[in-house]
Amino acid sequence: MSGPEKDIGPRDISSSIVMINRRQFTKLLGAGILMTVGGTDTGQASKAQAVTPLSDRLHVGVNGIITVMTGKVDIGQGSRTELTLVAAEELKVDIGSIRLIMGDTALCPDDGSTGSSLTTPRTVPRVRAACAAARQVLVKLAAKHWGCDAGLLKVRNGTVIHTDDDQSISYGELARIGGVDDAMARAGEDNNAVTPVAEWTVMGRPVRRLTSEDIVTGAQVFPSDIRRPGMHYGKVLNPPAYGAKLKAIDLQPAEETEGVTVLRDGDFVGVTAPTSHLAELAVRQIAKTAEWDTVAQPSSDELFTYIREHVSNKHAKQGKVVQKKGTLQAALDRAAQVLRESYSLAHIQHAPMEPRAAVAQWSDGNVTVWTGTSSPFPVRSALSKELGIPTERIRVIVPDTGGHFCGKHTGEAAIQAAKLARAAGKPVHIRWTREEEFTWAYFRKAGIIDVRAGIDTSGRITAWDWTTWHSGNSAIAVPYEIPNIFVQSKTCSAPVREGSYRAVAAPANVFARESFMDDLAHAAKADPLEFRLRHISNDRLRAVVDAAAQRFSWNKARRNVTDTRGVGIACGTEKGSYVATCAQVEVDRECGEIRVVRVCEAFECGAIINPANLKIQVEGCIVMGMGGALWEEIRFDDGRILNAGFGHYRVPRFSDVPELDVILIDRPDVSSAGAGETPMITIAPAIANAVFAATGLRIRSMPIKGEYLKKSWTDKETLGPSQSGEMQ
Amino acid sequence: MTAKEAELVPEAIDLTVNGRPRQAHPRLYPRLLQALREELGLTGTKYGCGEGLCGACTVLIDGKAVRSCRTLTQSVTGKNIVTIEGLAENGNLHALQQAFIDEDAMQCGYCCPGMIMNAAALLRENPHPEKIEIIEKMDGNICRCNNYSRIIAAIRKVADQ
Ligand code: FES
Ligand code: FES
Repeated sequence: MSGPEKDIGPRDISSSIVMINRRQFTKLLGAGILMTVGGTDTGQASKAQAVTPLSDRLHVGVNGIITVMTGKVDIGQGSRTELTLVAAEELKVDIGSIRLIMGDTALCPDDGSTGSSLTTPRTVPRVRAACAAARQVLVKLAAKHWGCDAGLLKVRNGTVIHTDDDQSISYGELARIGGVDDAMARAGEDNNAVTPVAEWTVMGRPVRRLTSEDIVTGAQVFPSDIRRPGMHYGKVLNPPAYGAKLKAIDLQPAEETEGVTVLRDGDFVGVTAPTSHLAELAVRQIAKTAEWDTVAQPSSDELFTYIREHVSNKHAKQGKVVQKKGTLQAALDRAAQVLRESYSLAHIQHAPMEPRAAVAQWSDGNVTVWTGTSSPFPVRSALSKELGIPTERIRVIVPDTGGHFCGKHTGEAAIQAAKLARAAGKPVHIRWTREEEFTWAYFRKAGIIDVRAGIDTSGRITAWDWTTWHSGNSAIAVPYEIPNIFVQSKTCSAPVREGSYRAVAAPANVFARESFMDDLAHAAKADPLEFRLRHISNDRLRAVVDAAAQRFSWNKARRNVTDTRGVGIACGTEKGSYVATCAQVEVDRECGEIRVVRVCEAFECGAIINPANLKIQVEGCIVMGMGGALWEEIRFDDGRILNAGFGHYRVPRFSDVPELDVILIDRPDVSSAGAGETPMITIAPAIANAVFAATGLRIRSMPIKGEYLKKSWTDKETLGPSQSGEMQ
Repeated sequence: MTAKEAELVPEAIDLTVNGRPRQAHPRLYPRLLQALREELGLTGTKYGCGEGLCGACTVLIDGKAVRSCRTLTQSVTGKNIVTIEGLAENGNLHALQQAFIDEDAMQCGYCCPGMIMNAAALLRENPHPEKIEIIEKMDGNICRCNNYSRIIAAIRKVADQ
C-alpha cells in the first residue's frame, strides 16, 4: 500500500508537472526532493550516444534507494518486475530498494519500443550491464574512501564491505559523501561485470508482480485514470466509414454551447467539454450536420479473393524468398506422394481491456502527454510532426497500461488529446470507446498460405514448397529436416488498417505448417508425434516436443480418441524460444461445437529470469491463442466494422478455459529470450489437429469454427471459407 | 433523451460511496461509471465496453454486483455503493484482494477491480461456491490478458477458507 516511505515512483511522476530533463531530475533526486516543481526542458541528446553513461540509466539516492530508468513500458507483460529484479541482482540490493521509472521520454533512455519480445534479449542485458558497472563504481568509491584496494571489498545487500577489517559503508552513505553522480556520468555499461547465472540469487526465482497491491486496491493509475486540475474531456468526430472525407460540417451548434471547445484541423474534428457526457452530446450535435464523401471499400466476405488479387507489384512473379535449399522441382517429381493445401486466417483485433487513452497538458508551448503505448519515443516523434513543434518540447509518459498485445504501437489518442488540449487551453482527456478501439485501431493481418510437399516411400518429407500471402514472415521457416525447400512470402495491399499483433504472423504460419504436418503424417500413415520427431534434428525443439508429449501421455491419449474426443500436437520456434503444445478437444458435430478440455504446453526460452511471470505469460498466451483459433474474426463491409463490440466479437471467457498444464524448461546455459509471444503460436494447430483426429475433418481456416463441422458429415474436403484461386 | 425528459432528471442526488455520504450530478454524469470516475474521482472502477459486456465497471450497490456503465446515476439515489477503493477495511485488504496477490491473478491488472467486485458479491451470496458456480457467475467478466485460471484459483482460495 502506498505509504509515506514511497519516494519517487511512476505514480509520483504522473502527478508531477510538465517539463523537466533528466539532469534536473537527478539533481532533485539527489537532494531528496519529490517532483512537484515546474521547469522548462533544456533538451536532451536525441541520438543514442556511443556509450551511455550510467547516470542516464540510474541514480543512487542518499536514502539508498536506486532509481533505474528505462524507455521500456509495462503493458501487462511483467517487464516492470523483470527489470526491477535484474537491477536488484546486479546491484546486490533487495528488490524494494529499486525504483524503476519506465516510458518517460524526459527521464528515460530510449530503449526502443516494447514489442517483438525484445525487452528480455535486448533491454535486460543493458540494464544488467549498467547496474553491474554501477556496483563496481560504488566499490571503487568505497575503496577510495577507505584508501584501500578495491579487490578487498565485497558487496552485500546494498553495502560495500571490507573483508579484512569488517568495515562497511552503504550505497546511501556513499551518495551522502558525494561524487557518485560524477563517477556514474564518467562510467559506462560493463557486460563483463554481470553476475553469472550460477550466482544468481534474485534472478531465476519467482517474483510476484510488484504493483499487485495497487492493482487490487484500485490505486494503480492507468493512462485512462490520469486526472489533471481543470481537465476537460475530449471526443473526436469519427468518419462514418473508412476512407470517408469530410465535405462540410456546421460546428456552430457545439461552438455555442457553454464550456465546449470545438477544433477543426483539416479532416480532424473534435470537441472538449467539462464532462465526457457533454463532449459526447456536442459531438453528436455536429455529427448530424456533417456531409461525407465516401469511396467503395472491400468486404470481409471476399477477403481471400481480395488478397490474391492485390499482390504487390514487386511480388507479382515471386515473393521474398525466405528459405531455399536443394532442388525443389526434381524432388517433387521423384516423390511417392505429393500433397497440396491452402490455409487461411481472418483479421483479428487485439481488444486490450483498456482502450486507447491519453491526457495532454500544455504549458508555455511545451506539452506533456500521458498515454498508453508501447512506443513512447516514436509517439513523441509523431506528436512533433502532428503538432509542428520540436520533440524537445514534448514529454511522453507511459503509465503502466491495461493491455497491448502489440496493438498499441501508435499514438492516435495522444495526438488527439494534444491537439484538443492546445485548442481548449486546458488539460484534455481522451479515452476511446470500445467501438472506436474495434474500428479505428489496427488489426492483425489476414492471410493465405499455400503449401505443397512431397514424401518418399519411407514416409519422409523430401520437398517443401511454401507461399505465404500477406500475413507475414514470422516463424515462416520450416524447422524440420527436409532436403529440398522453397519458402516465399508475398505482400499484398491491405483491405483494412493493419499492424502488428502478439507473435505477428507466427500464429498464421505455424497454424498452416503444423496442420499440414498432420496431413502429411496421415498420408504417411504415421503417428503425428512420431512423424514430427522423425524430422526434428534441433535438440531444443525436440526437448519441448518430448516434454509436452510425455506430460500429456500422448500415446495413451491417442489410443483413447473417439469420434467426439480428439487430441492434437503442434510445435514451433520463433524469436529464440521453443514451444510444443498438446491439446484435447471434445466436439459436438450436431451443435457445431468444439471445446478445448485440456492443454499441455512445454516452453523453453533459455535461462529463466522470473519463473512466476513466465508461467503467467505462457498460460495467458495459450488462452488468448484460443480466441484467434476458435472464434475471433473481424467482419467488415462498406468501410464499417460489422462486429465492433464484445457482443459480436467473441473472446475467450472463464467458461472456455481448459485444464492447463505448463512445463517450463530452464536452460541456464542459453541466454534468455522473450516469452510474451511464442507460447501462443501452437495452440491453434494443436486444436485443428485434435478436431481432425476425432472427426477426420480438416478445417483449414482460422478461426476453426465449430459450425463447419455441422455442414458436412461425410465431406472430407477443406472446410472453411472459399480461398478461391490456385496455387501459383 | 429529449430536453423535456432531461429536465426530469434530478440535478443532484445523494448517495453513500464507500461508507461516506456523497453527491452526484446525473445531468452531467448520467451513468454511474461517469459519476464515480469523473465527478467523485474514483478511477479504480474501469471502463471496458460501456455495454454491460465485460464487467470492468462492476461495483456493489446495496451489496449486489452491478455494471456501473449501464446504471443510471439517478437510479442510485440513497443507495449504498462500494467500489474497489472501499473494499479494504481499516487498511486491511479484503480476503479476495489478498488472494489475487497471492495467486498472481493479474497481468496488466485492468480487469481486476471489476473481477474482485463481482467475486465479492458472489461470495457474499454463497461463501463456499463450487468451481462451476464461480465460472458461471464470473463468465460476464473479460480478462484480455487471459488470466482466468488464476482468477478462479484466487476466488476458490477464499471460498475454501
Ligand atoms: S464497461 Fe461496463 S460492462 Fe464493460
Ligand atoms: S489482467 Fe489484463 S485484462 Fe485482466
